[in-house]
Amino acid sequence: MSGATLAQKIIARAAGREAVAPGEVVIAGVDMAMIHDSGGPRRVEPVLRELGVGLWDPSKVVLISDHFVPGDTEEGARILQLTRDWSAERGVMFHDGEGICHVVLPERGHLKPGMLVVGGDSHSPTGGAFGAYMFGVGATEMAGVLATGEIWIKVPETIMIEWRGRLGAGVLAKDMMLALCGRLGMDGGAYQAVEYSGQAVVALSMQERMTLSNMAAELGAQAALIAPDAKTYAFLRTCGAQVTEDSSLRTDPEASLGAHHVFDAAVLAPQVAAPHSPANAMAVCEAPRTPLDLAYIGACTGAKYDDLRNAARILKGRSLAPGVTLLVAPASRRDQARAAQEGILGALENAGGRVLPNACGICAGYGADRLAAGTRCISSTARNFRGRMGDPSAEVWLASPLTVAASAVAGEIVDPRDYLTEREVA
Amino acid sequence: MGRVFMFGDNVDTDQLAPGQYMRGGIEAIAAHCLEMVRPDFAKVVRPGDVIVAGRNFGAGSSREQAAEALKHLGIAGVVARSFAGIFYRNAINLGLPALVAPEIGGIADGDACALDVEAAGLKVGNGEIALEPVPDNLRRLLEDGGLVPHLKKRFAEVRR
Ligand code: SF4
Repeated sequence: MSGATLAQKIIARAAGREAVAPGEVVIAGVDMAMIHDSGGPRRVEPVLRELGVGLWDPSKVVLISDHFVPGDTEEGARILQLTRDWSAERGVMFHDGEGICHVVLPERGHLKPGMLVVGGDSHSPTGGAFGAYMFGVGATEMAGVLATGEIWIKVPETIMIEWRGRLGAGVLAKDMMLALCGRLGMDGGAYQAVEYSGQAVVALSMQERMTLSNMAAELGAQAALIAPDAKTYAFLRTCGAQVTEDSSLRTDPEASLGAHHVFDAAVLAPQVAAPHSPANAMAVCEAPRTPLDLAYIGACTGAKYDDLRNAARILKGRSLAPGVTLLVAPASRRDQARAAQEGILGALENAGGRVLPNACGICAGYGADRLAAGTRCISSTARNFRGRMGDPSAEVWLASPLTVAASAVAGEIVDPRDYLTEREVA
Repeated sequence: MGRVFMFGDNVDTDQLAPGQYMRGGIEAIAAHCLEMVRPDFAKVVRPGDVIVAGRNFGAGSSREQAAEALKHLGIAGVVARSFAGIFYRNAINLGLPALVAPEIGGIADGDACALDVEAAGLKVGNGEIALEPVPDNLRRLLEDGGLVPHLKKRFAEVRR
């Protein structure tokens, strides 16, 4: 036995196997299934009915409403009602209006290292930040999981992405991911398992690590793991998860890898991705002069507590450039409450930001604030595909919360480091 | 015989199932499938036609309407240099054959073609392009017509 990667260990365990080899298709038992209001009940229930079966184990199903929250359209309200009725009928755990699924799931103590989790959403790799093998599937396949508790997996290779050194001031996990999208492309993950390692990754906070795993979706990886460490277990304990440390949850040094990329964190500059692909990444200083109409701090990718705090580092005591709108949709109610308590939310509001519900909102193109024709937006979200956030003529530039905040102040895309040097580079 | 419809790299799920029509049901989504890159696609495509594309076909979101729209239009299958993983899963689970072609050189848009999933080949004109075979347990899914019919069969067997 030549050693296994973390991903292969989790899949082998879930498939009841001693070991698994990349490329083979195995049937794995699912430890937890996460669904949301958009791809969840309204799409899976008809399939369950057609199959004539119930849930394999309601205690392993977590339902979270986020896409149609706050239900301010007739359709949204109807879907939310259907979602609520279904949760009561089926007896699953339900977090209603508490925030975006990928943030709420760990926050409420559901995730544990070593789990195999299936999510009904493409950013499900986010769970990998906690050492869980979590990946996204469509609604039909989710219905199959809910009915059987099983799923087929083509055992992936592990693509190790190692970040050596330390990030410079003003450079965040989002910049690492945009740079990776630019370097490796949107299929750089080749639907394999990415694993992040190295000093710069270990140094990140848990929510910053979540940003790394989250945007592995934009690399086309199936899952994106970070080996759990003391920080992981401490974070999960504060979320109420009962976890015991397991030192076997890591990639064996002798395990063979599909690829091993090494990057130097110290030389990384803040990045932006030009419309209409995250792979259009470049250093902010190389971006063309881009006047902006809208700055958006939102999504599971870019509006967690840490993201809000980073935005406030710039926006505190400053105000928006004339003509620029700032919208902030904190990723969870808990993160918003904490940000409010610490004056972070106030700083964003005082700068001129308007706070939106704890939901996917315009990241998914929903709500009254979806981008109007011709809007030029800088956004802390994960995707800038044409038409995703609103009108197809809108242009979305992706960036870190720091860069979004600095650009909102400048009225055009700027390097946030120029705004941090003036004060404490906290 | 179907015809080849050629596409490039990174055809994404917003092109396959445009967000603005997601509320209209599969009929509406299919009617606008791929119109961003090929405005007349849904109008001219016929059952049995095959999509041949470059790398990372189906990139983007997990919306399975991307695969469903193609199936709805009667596409016999998608042959691509590589697939985005979620799209690949959705296609197989919906019973839409998705096969990887190591090489797609020599195929032109409009070529007459026939896709043979079991033999893992795409007949084009007088030649045949070898495709990567679909793993056995996934081919069974395709043969049953997708995950739902497959599970129906399985649950029916359990009940018997
Ligand atoms: S916030 Fe955006 S990326 Fe995150 S789950 Fe919602 S729609 Fe998806």
